[in-house]
Formats: sequence, structure tokens, C-alpha cells
Amino acid sequence: MNDFVGTGALVRLALRRDRILIPIWIVVFVMTAAGSAKATMDLYADPKALVDAARTSNASPALVSLYGRIFDESSLGEVSLFKLTAFGALLVGLLGGMLVVRHTRSEEESGRLELLSAGVLGRYAALASALIVSGATVIVLGLLTALSLMGSGLDTKGSFAFGLMWAAAGLSFAGVAAVTSQVTESARAANGLTAVVLGVAYVLRAIGDSSADGSTQWVSWLSPIGWSQQVRAYAGDRLAVLLVPLVFLAVLIAAATALIRRRDLGAGLVRPRPGPPRAAKSLRSPLALAWRLHRGSLLAWGFAFLLLGLLVGNIASNVDGFVTSDSAKEMVQKLGGVEGITDAFLATEMGMVGLLASAFGIQAALRLRSEETALRAEPLLATGVSRAQWLASHVLMALLGTGVLILVAGLGSGISSGASLGNMGRQVPRMLAASAVQLPAIWLVTALVVILFGLAPKLVTGGWALYGVFLLIGQFGEIFNLPQWMINLSPYGHTPRLPGGDFSVAPVLWLTAIAAALIVAGFASFRRRDIG
Amino acid sequence: MTSAIVVSGLHKSYGSTHALDGLDLEVTTGEVHGFLGPNGAGKSTTIRVLLGLLRGDAGDVSLLGGDPWHDAAKLHRRLAYVPGDVNLWPNLTGGEVIDLLGRLRGGLDEKKRDELLRRFDLDPTKKGRTYSKGNRQKVALVAALASDVELLILDEPTSGLDPLMEEVFRQCIEEERQRDRTVLLSSHILSEVEALCDRISIIRRGKVVETGTLADLRHLTRTSIQAELAGSPNGLAELPGIHDLDVQGNRVRCEVDTAKLDAVMRQLSASGIKSLVAQPPTLEELFLRHYEDDVPAEPEAAVR
Ligand SMILES: Nc1ncnc2c1ncn2[C@@H]1O[C@H](COP(=O)(O)OP(=O)(O)OP(=O)(O)O)[C@@H](O)[C@H]1O
Ligand SMILES: [Mg+2]
Repeated sequence: MNDFVGTGALVRLALRRDRILIPIWIVVFVMTAAGSAKATMDLYADPKALVDAARTSNASPALVSLYGRIFDESSLGEVSLFKLTAFGALLVGLLGGMLVVRHTRSEEESGRLELLSAGVLGRYAALASALIVSGATVIVLGLLTALSLMGSGLDTKGSFAFGLMWAAAGLSFAGVAAVTSQVTESARAANGLTAVVLGVAYVLRAIGDSSADGSTQWVSWLSPIGWSQQVRAYAGDRLAVLLVPLVFLAVLIAAATALIRRRDLGAGLVRPRPGPPRAAKSLRSPLALAWRLHRGSLLAWGFAFLLLGLLVGNIASNVDGFVTSDSAKEMVQKLGGVEGITDAFLATEMGMVGLLASAFGIQAALRLRSEETALRAEPLLATGVSRAQWLASHVLMALLGTGVLILVAGLGSGISSGASLGNMGRQVPRMLAASAVQLPAIWLVTALVVILFGLAPKLVTGGWALYGVFLLIGQFGEIFNLPQWMINLSPYGHTPRLPGGDFSVAPVLWLTAIAAALIVAGFASFRRRDIG
Repeated sequence: MTSAIVVSGLHKSYGSTHALDGLDLEVTTGEVHGFLGPNGAGKSTTIRVLLGLLRGDAGDVSLLGGDPWHDAAKLHRRLAYVPGDVNLWPNLTGGEVIDLLGRLRGGLDEKKRDELLRRFDLDPTKKGRTYSKGNRQKVALVAALASDVELLILDEPTSGLDPLMEEVFRQCIEEERQRDRTVLLSSHILSEVEALCDRISIIRRGKVVETGTLADLRHLTRTSIQAELAGSPNGLAELPGIHDLDVQGNRVRCEVDTAKLDAVMRQLSASGIKSLVAQPPTLEELFLRHYEDDVPAEPEAAVR
């Protein structure tokens, strides 16, 4: 029992530190679920409209791979909430994982844990308290979501199935993070690894869901997000499926504790190797240092984006497999035939890829702030390096890095869709263009971080909040009937839909110009402020 | 004589905290200048302003003849800085950091680099995250000392060094002094300051309360005297600069302002001294007087 000494104190401390963060997250999720249910329910008051909408969605490969299948086309609850099933589970998973890393590896890395414990903490106390906080958060989140859905007029059992499958995803990824925070040395790496697992889980379920003939549907079962979908809230409410994530969590906790024991024995999981005693000739500028700091993560992201591109292109070539029913065929004709629908799918997916690439841009730009607060900017700025040079080094990494990522994804999707459609020569340049047009919006979001860093460095993580708002506007703006000016706030909404759509230069130029102006303003304000 | 650093009337606040409250500081070219004061007195803040990392709210600052805020990058090529908290990049080795910082300053003395690594017993192949606190500090020290610069600004450079390394550090600074480099050394280690510094400034609550050579400052402290006299002492109580006088028969105990020692001794020997114990002022006493919060800063006016 000594291994757990101090868990209670750490739980209280964590709750105190996060007393604002956790309630905000919970409220956002609960409101989004309830609001989205209410808005869609009003839309589908007529049962026939409901079934039509469900059929159209199930016939669209873009929607199925993005959100999943609708199991019961006549279920009001499911049709209202299907966009939040897998996608919401992904976000709750992110929350569950982040909370665990925040209260284990980050604490350990910053040395706060050491300071706090002074030797009176059991070796599992940090992990146990992080899991308790994270688990309690996602469970409360799930239960409140269930209540709010009932409040919107949906049935009780389905609402609880929905809330609990969200919580289950949070628990699964809390478990994943418990392991990643033992394996890696830094919180950044632990979060990154958790995010990669989340991404893989999302893609696995996308593969399973978009299997046209059902032969690869089992792949969904490899994914914690797939399990959440398989609970089938409002379409059978298979609560027993929730056992799968619970077992998964138990296994991961066992693994994490085993790792902690091994770490304590000094076996050290990742033995640091010695490196070069001298710096390479090229390491002589802030830019060279920035490259050194960003290259590892850029390589990992680049590889993931290449795979994502190949996968998207591959799914796109199976699009006609979806078109089985007569009504769907009719719809396809209206949308411009198979090519039209393939293009529409690719355009939607490229938009998603653009959103993901922005996450890289934001975190790369946020590196500025973490370098500053970790006191690593100070010794550099006390050499011949000017503030502008230092800022430029990281901003360039963010801007060029997102460019590389998006083009790699474009190339991958061009190659794989071109290969299976038999028109590589046409498809590759089209997809490269389709990916390149995403860049101005990505840059604009990155530029928002840069100006925050210059003007209000303490608020710089607000960059993620803005990103979240743009994401919600894009996903739910129309469902919620937001006024047009609000929808227009999201830069992503102005990106031309390529391939297949109309290309106009004006929005691209505007977005780029605004991004440039924000960055210039960010530089100017950074030159004027205190460091630290 | 020129001054490497001249600060006058410097104010700096963080929100409601007045970190610097009219600070004056002068560091003469070629001297090793000690910068002392209790925790939170404003030493690091002063240094950050000197480096152009912070902008003073009011007052004048001149560094190597330039304005540290406007000409930061240009001036920085002529100085090296060792921060109090050294954080290294987790996946760069110590050797890489030393080279990088040196190059960004405009060049490194290769021979000196190797020599310093040897003297400080530092392994340059370890990654940043695997260094201990003292070793991180050494990385920054080697990078600074191996750079060919006019001015060294060191903020508690020996925090975390073991006594052996502390000795190496002293030798290095001694050598820097021989080469006529200017050093601003913030420190809490009094013996270090005593051994190295030509002049010191003591800062308290954002103001410099004492400046001068150690001898100047010693002058301000009290020597404690215990004496056994041949006859009964007289006239002692009227002497200026005598404190806590305690006379029991022929025995006398008292504290004497060091500056007034001569007159007191004359008076004592007039009665015939049989035995005498005099304790010279320690530096600790001097500093403790300034560090303790409620001590009235009485000798302040006398020095400046
Ligand atoms: N970034 C900051 N924000 C707010 N207050 C600060 C900040 N940095 C320093 N201070 C405050 O300014 C005052 C001076 O701090 P400073 O770090 O200069 O002290 P110091 O003399 O270097 O102390 P130490 O000996 O502990 O290093 C302190 O009261 C401190 O709390
Ligand atoms: Mg300090």
C-alpha cells in the first residue's frame, strides 16, 4: 500500500490546478452534444426526412470515413449525433490522455513532483492520481452529457449509452497516456505519442467503416474509437461493448505499473546515448538550431501525413462501391457522376488534412513560448542573435513545416488515387494543387499564435482555443444556424474546395496577406516586450 | 578610467512588484565586481536589463558604451552571460551547446575550450537532459569563459558546483582578471566574493545600499573586544563608536566601530591591559546586517 502514499494529496492538488480547465472542457462537450442534438432534431421532424438524410450520409464515402456509419437509419438520436460519435470520442480521448500526461510526465519533467514529494510519495502515487483525475473527469463528462441529451428529449438508455461510450474513449486514452508517459522522457513526446495512437485509432475505424463490401469491417474493432461506435448508442445500445475499453484500460495500467517498477530498478527504458562532443559545422545560426529542434517531430508528422495521404487516395478510389441504392445513384448523378463524387470526397478529406497540418503549425509556433519559459531563449538572446532572428527561426519552421506536411499528404493522395484510377499524370498535380490551397488558412492560424506570442505571451496557448473555435464553426456552424459573419470568421471556410470545385484567387491572397500582416505585427510587438 | 557598466536611477516593476527602485551601479573596466543581496533583491532583474532582455521603466543604462536595449545583438558579441538557472536543450550534447553559444557570440578559443573542459572535468558528449544541475552550470561556464569577450556577466555562476569545481572557477576568474577582462559576478557565496572581487555592490529591495572595496566596507563593521585591565576602566562610555559596553570590575566587553578602534584602544591601555581578545569583523556580519530585513541601514550614508 506504501506505493500509493500521497495519492489523495496529489489528486487534490491536481483538481486545484485544473479547477478552471476541467469544468470548461466538460461544459464545452456537454453543450456541444446537447446543442447539436437539439438543432438536428428540429431539422428532421419528419421521419422521412430523417431516413433520407441518413441514407445520403451512409452513401457518402467522405462522411462515412470521416464520421462513421449510421447503424439505424430511422433512429432520431443516432442521426442527430452521428457526427459527434467517433469525432467526439476522439476529442474526449484527447482530453483523457492529456490530463494523464499533464499530471505525470510534465510534473516529473519540471521537477515539481520532486519538490512536492520530498520522498513521501509512493511510486505509483503520481500515476494513480493522474488516472483518478482523468477518469473522474471523463466519467462526469459522460454522465452530464447523457443527462443533457435526455434533457433535449432523447431516450434515456440511448443517452446513457452515448455518454458512456464517450467516457470509455476517454478512459482508453488515459490508459494509453499512462504508458506513453512512462516510455518517453518528455511531456511533449508523451503527448505526441498519445496523439499518434489517437490518429491511428481514428484511421483504423475509418478503414473499417468505409469498407464497401464489409470484408474489412473488423478493422474497426482494433480501435478504441471503433469500440465507442460499436456501442451503437440509440441503435441497439450495446452497453456490454463497454467492457472492451475497460479491459483495455486495465491491461494498460498493468503495463504502466510494470514500466514504473522497471524504471525504479534503474533499468531505464530509454537509455540516453552519448552524442557528439563537438557541434556540426552547420550548427552556427538560430535557424540551424531551430531545425535541430523541430526536425524530429517534423519527420514523424511527415511520415504520418504521407500515410494519411496514401490512405485517403486509396479510399477515394473505392467510392463507387458505396453507390448501391437507386436513390444514391440518382444523387451521384446530380453531384456530377463518379468523378464528381470522388473529387468531393478528396476535397473534404484535404480540408481535414489541412486542419491536422495546422496543429503542427500551432505546436511548432508554441515552441517559441516553451523555449522562452524554459529559459532557453535567454542565453541565445544574450549572444549576437537578435530577437527578430530568433523569432524568425521558429516561425519559419512552423510555416515551412506545414507546407512540407500538406504537400506530402497531397502527393500521397495523388499517387494512390491516381494509381487505382489509372490516371496518375493527372491526379498527382491536381492533388498537389488541392493540398497547396490549404496553406493560406493554415498559415493564418499559425500566424495567430505568433501575434499572441508577441502581444500577450501568457495567453499564447489561446492559439489552440481559436483553432478549436474554427473547428467547431466548420463542423457545426451550419447545424447551429450561426449567422454568416460568424461562419466567415473561420479561415478554413474560405479555402477553395479542390479538386473539382471552383478555384478563385481572391480568398487565397486575402488569407495569405492577413497571415503575413499578423506575423509582421507579431515581430514588431515581440521586439518591444520583456523576455521571460 | 572607463566604466564597462553604468546604471543610474534604474526602475523596473513587474505589475505591482517594484523589483528595481532607483538602482545605481558602476562597474569599472577591468575590475571584478561583486553583486550581492538577499533573495529577491533584484540582482537577476538588473542583469536582465543590462542584457536588453528587459526594458527598464526609467533610468539610464549604459553597457560597454552602448544602449543595451537598442544595440542588444551588437553589444552581445562583446560579452558572455551565464544565467543563474541553466537549462539545456534535451537532445543537444553539452559540447554542441558550447560550440553553438560560442559561435553565436562570434567565435570560440578552441584551445581554451579544451582546457576548460579538462579543468572542469566535464563530459561534452552527454545530452542536455542527462546533466546534473552542477554540470549544466559548467556547460554555460565553459561556453562563456572560452569566448573571446571583454565582459563577463555571471549570475550566481557557482550555484550547484562542488567545492573542487568552485576552486577551479576561482582560478579561472583570477586569470580573467589578469587579462583585464571585466566581470560582474552576482553571488551568495561570501568567501567567493571576498577572494575574487575588487569592489562589491550590495543591493537590497531594488536599491544599491553599499558600494566599495572590501576594505572600505570592513571599515563599517564593529570589532568585538574583551579585555582584562589592571585598573578600573574610565571614560569608555563617553567615547564615540562604542556599543554594548559591559563593565564588571576590571573586565570589559564591548563592540567598537572599526573606524573608531584607535581611540578605544588608547583609552583601554591607559588603564593597563592585562589580557585582550579582539574579534575582527567577519564579512558575514557585514552582509547579515544588510540582509536582515529590520536592520536600520545606518552606515549607508557614511560610505557614499
Ligand atoms: N517575471 C517576473 N514577474 C514578476 N515578478 C518578478 C519576475 N521576476 C522577478 N520578479 C520579482 O522581482 C524581484 C527581484 O527578483 P530578482 O530575480 O531580480 O531577484 P534576485 O536578486 O536575483 O534574487 P535571487 O538571489 O533569489 O536570485 C523579486 O521580488 C521577484 O519576486
Ligand atoms: Mg537571481
